[in-house]
Amino acid sequence: MKPEIDLVPTPSQTVGPFFAIELTTDEHCIKCVAGPQAQGKRVWITFRVLDGDGAPVNDAMLEIWQADANGKYKHPEDVQPKKLNAGWMGFGRIATGEDGSCVLETIRPGRVAQGTPQAPHLTIAVFARGMLKPLYTRVYFAGDAANDEDPILRLVPAERRETLLARPDPARPGYWSFDVRLQGDQETVFFEV
Amino acid sequence: MDSVSTQVSIKPYARPPKGSQPPLLYEPYRATIKRAPLKPMIVLPHTLSEVTGPIFGHEKVGEKDNDLTCQYPGEPIGERIIVSGRVLDSNGRPVPNALIEIWQANSAGRYRHIKEQHPAPLDPNFSGAGRTLTDEHGAYRFITIKPGAYPWFNHYNAWRPAHIHFSVFGTAFITRLVTQMYFPGDPLFAYDPIFQSIPDERARQRLISRFDLETTEPQWAKGFKFDIVLRGPEDTPFET
Repeated sequence: MKPEIDLVPTPSQTVGPFFAIELTTDEHCIKCVAGPQAQGKRVWITFRVLDGDGAPVNDAMLEIWQADANGKYKHPEDVQPKKLNAGWMGFGRIATGEDGSCVLETIRPGRVAQGTPQAPHLTIAVFARGMLKPLYTRVYFAGDAANDEDPILRLVPAERRETLLARPDPARPGYWSFDVRLQGDQETVFFEV
Repeated sequence: MDSVSTQVSIKPYARPPKGSQPPLLYEPYRATIKRAPLKPMIVLPHTLSEVTGPIFGHEKVGEKDNDLTCQYPGEPIGERIIVSGRVLDSNGRPVPNALIEIWQANSAGRYRHIKEQHPAPLDPNFSGAGRTLTDEHGAYRFITIKPGAYPWFNHYNAWRPAHIHFSVFGTAFITRLVTQMYFPGDPLFAYDPIFQSIPDERARQRLISRFDLETTEPQWAKGFKFDIVLRGPEDTPFET
């Protein structure tokens, strides 16, 4: 007799301090979301994860999920009449270093328009020791004209929206930065998904 | 629903029942104190960005990646075990092709990690890491060594119950699950704030595997069952 399976989702537990032995080995990290053949404007985003004291979090993992340059996801639920970039996956996984930072190479995604059209964005899940479950946030690009009409940004109180904007580096075209502040005045907006 | 609804609906995922998931801030687990957000979270209506997610293929997994006892020329020290189960969604549907990654301490309670400080021996024949994909019925199976309990610095004389870390990808980015599987009857449960952080007692029990004679192999290895439930789509679609 098989015991009846209880269909309540399994509880989350922290990823702990030692996930790097499997999740972020050289082989399993994905620091570049966009292969060499991917179309679109190439960008490098430097993430920095900071705790409630502003101290760098040196044992965090970030997972990234995004659409291609046309705003198309590689997934059967995406039925937008768009052609997916050849070889596009859209998934990234990076781990912070001693200074709490890590760099993701990707292309700037297009607008996803199944449902209310969204501004270009990356979806991020943050995992770390001291987090009993992942934190979800989004990276938008400062200055993008579509941000004003993005249905998710509009749910965020205006004074907190800035925390979701990656900032361009004026000295280096294509380079952006995004701070994940876990606590404090400038705490990043996190989403209950 | 407003009048600008588009033609294509997004099927949202059900949210887990209250108390079934740990909170972000749980003071007995000290590391949460400076890492838990304190401002209100924004409840996100699910868009295509949430209900899609990476789907992995067999290229991600080697044939023997689910057997942590045969990664080196010699056999690891410890109690050989078989950990198996199914990945289902909360509607009871099996989740095929789900990537499961595991990592764990060796039988002496030591992780093969550069920052590990526990003065227990490393096992030259044990990495503590493995991965597999679920089959068409959502089933998976690992062969490994029973991990030892492990001391940490959370409070005086703090020990983690023996556990195996599980990372699971389902069908959507928001069904992502990272958890820990425990072993039945561990005397450390009562003292472990990570395990105790889950408010609902029944939910907590879901993280404890059960001994299973059916999957135990005579003269070779004990079997433990651990079924995993990921969030599933809500039954009623809605329009954004």
